[in-house]
Amino acid sequence: MSEQVVLERNDLNGLFTVLQGQGYTVIGPTLQDGAIVYDELTSDKDLPEGWTDEQDGGIYRLKKRSDKALFGYVVGPYTWKRFLDPPEKRLWQAKREGNDFRIIPENEPPPKYAFLGVRSCEIHALAIQDRVFLEGDYRNTSYEKRREAALIIGVQCVQAGGTCFCVSVNTGPRAESGFDLALTEILEEDRHYFVVETGTDQGAKIIDGLKVQPAKETEVAEADNRISHAAKNMGRKLNTEGVRDLLVQNHDHARWDEVANRCLSCANCTMVCPTCFCSTVEDVTDITGEHAERWQKQDSCFTMDFSYLHGGSVRASTRSQYRQWLTHKLATWIDQFDESGCTGCGRCITWCPVAIDLTEEVEAIRKSSSLESVVQSDKER
Amino acid sequence: MDASNPMIPQPRKVKRVIRETHDTFTLCVEPEIHEQEKLFKPGQFNMLYAFGVGEVPISFSGDPGKPNLCHHTIRNVGTVTRALANLKAGDMVGVRGPFGSAWPVKESRGNDIVIIAGGIGLAPLRPAIYALLEERDQFGEIVLLYGARTQEDLLFTKEFETWRGKYGVQVRVTIDSAGPNWKGNVGVVTTLFPGVRFDPANTVAMICGPEVMMRFAVIELKNCGTAEKNIHVTMERNMKCAIGFCGHCQFGPAFICKDGPVFSFAEISPFFGIREI
Repeated sequence: MSEQVVLERNDLNGLFTVLQGQGYTVIGPTLQDGAIVYDELTSDKDLPEGWTDEQDGGIYRLKKRSDKALFGYVVGPYTWKRFLDPPEKRLWQAKREGNDFRIIPENEPPPKYAFLGVRSCEIHALAIQDRVFLEGDYRNTSYEKRREAALIIGVQCVQAGGTCFCVSVNTGPRAESGFDLALTEILEEDRHYFVVETGTDQGAKIIDGLKVQPAKETEVAEADNRISHAAKNMGRKLNTEGVRDLLVQNHDHARWDEVANRCLSCANCTMVCPTCFCSTVEDVTDITGEHAERWQKQDSCFTMDFSYLHGGSVRASTRSQYRQWLTHKLATWIDQFDESGCTGCGRCITWCPVAIDLTEEVEAIRKSSSLESVVQSDKER
Repeated sequence: MDASNPMIPQPRKVKRVIRETHDTFTLCVEPEIHEQEKLFKPGQFNMLYAFGVGEVPISFSGDPGKPNLCHHTIRNVGTVTRALANLKAGDMVGVRGPFGSAWPVKESRGNDIVIIAGGIGLAPLRPAIYALLEERDQFGEIVLLYGARTQEDLLFTKEFETWRGKYGVQVRVTIDSAGPNWKGNVGVVTTLFPGVRFDPANTVAMICGPEVMMRFAVIELKNCGTAEKNIHVTMERNMKCAIGFCGHCQFGPAFICKDGPVFSFAEISPFFGIREI
């Protein structure tokens, strides 16, 4: 990493000016419908100044802060995936021409997004989705174009949320790479500034247009301090030791029935998860029947349609749907992509209407696993 | 298929439609212009799109050595397959593919081959049969055990005599429910095993049919002494994209579209038979 610089709070809007000047649409945190969500920002005035969030299982509340922090909260219900792999997108159109038909692919130029306020867990989520969409035999070309065009401006977490557990899954709170720029927000009694790290040449070019000073050692140390503070205040932790075998081998565990009694199979966890990537397609025609379209839409393994085959659903029970979701996220994802599908962001816990907590579910299975190998690995630890 | 975007179907002409049974038909579709560069392998499938209606995964059922036409044998069971059933010669169908893994035909040279099919499960196996017979002398015994619900549901019966007579394949057929004119076997496909000549220790098995049928076929083969790694099955799940992006076809850690549909049973045995997996 090249040397860090300091950007004063009052000069932050310069970042918007530079980004807009380079043709970027800035997407970042803003207040909407009682939550902090990601949407288009026109200036620093759109940031949720002086707000924070309180999160726990099934609980999300905004609260006023005593200061004017701009990034003084953790992650909300939105994720960046909605901008890179939109929840609804047209894949192509088709036109009937006599006996023949013609496919018209989508050829829109990709939007040029600057994501502002990307947290470490979210940077890991981007890398996880990259693996799914870009690193196999086929490439998701629409995702690829948007991803390549996107600028990532991270914000280092200086506080942890009630459902955060990035430390236990090694995804934060400090973003080490995967960003063009990363800001650490520091509020002191009489000063409000950002320590800025540069991750790429692209990021360095943005810095060139900003009013910055080289960071002093004390300022960098203060930033480090605050990130360490976040690391020490995680709301949750997930024990990932042997979790792949634990879940796969315990497919018959009684806990799945127990959690199914609470789970509403509402799909909220999959909607807010930054790595859940499942989609479905819908084929539609206009009233003349001459014009057809195919749309891709976000889907969830908690729906009955998801596993529909030969007149029925393979996974019709809530028990099997929850088991599929959790086992995929924490276990079979490792078989598929050599890494976990969980980033420790805690959204699935916060946004579950009945406060199901995956860290608790894993512990419950671990404690009562009847499988020798798993119990053994637990003991050895 | 557009190589740069595997989600875009290519419109292709239906050259011929063969009515196979009361509910099953074969679409013979003209191949892609550059088909020579990527011939399908037995066991692979295409995504077939009926204009304005939708898309379904359908296995190749024709001869991989004769790529002048792509055969897809389809049972008319749902909205999309009904629309495909209405296609006539000269109509267009959207095609993406070929996708998926293949039956281990060349890899099985020197072995006996046992093929077990249930109902329309014979369709994805027929390309493998053609490929085996193309180099018949490379294999020992070749056995086909085929079961269907009724006599009317049996597919490709006209070819059985050629397979028996010209190539010495042990073709045995059974049905679940027989009418007065049926003089053959009645019962599940595993009842065909007694008296079949094959060397279980040097056998490669290929199975396609309902999961319950495959389960009992695997048990029977293992009881005979065939190793799990030499038993190959095809799996089926809901599928939307065929390239591992939509998530629908997951079966344990496997994406059936790209890791399958053909699996060595040893690969999937930890998950096979678990309810609602």
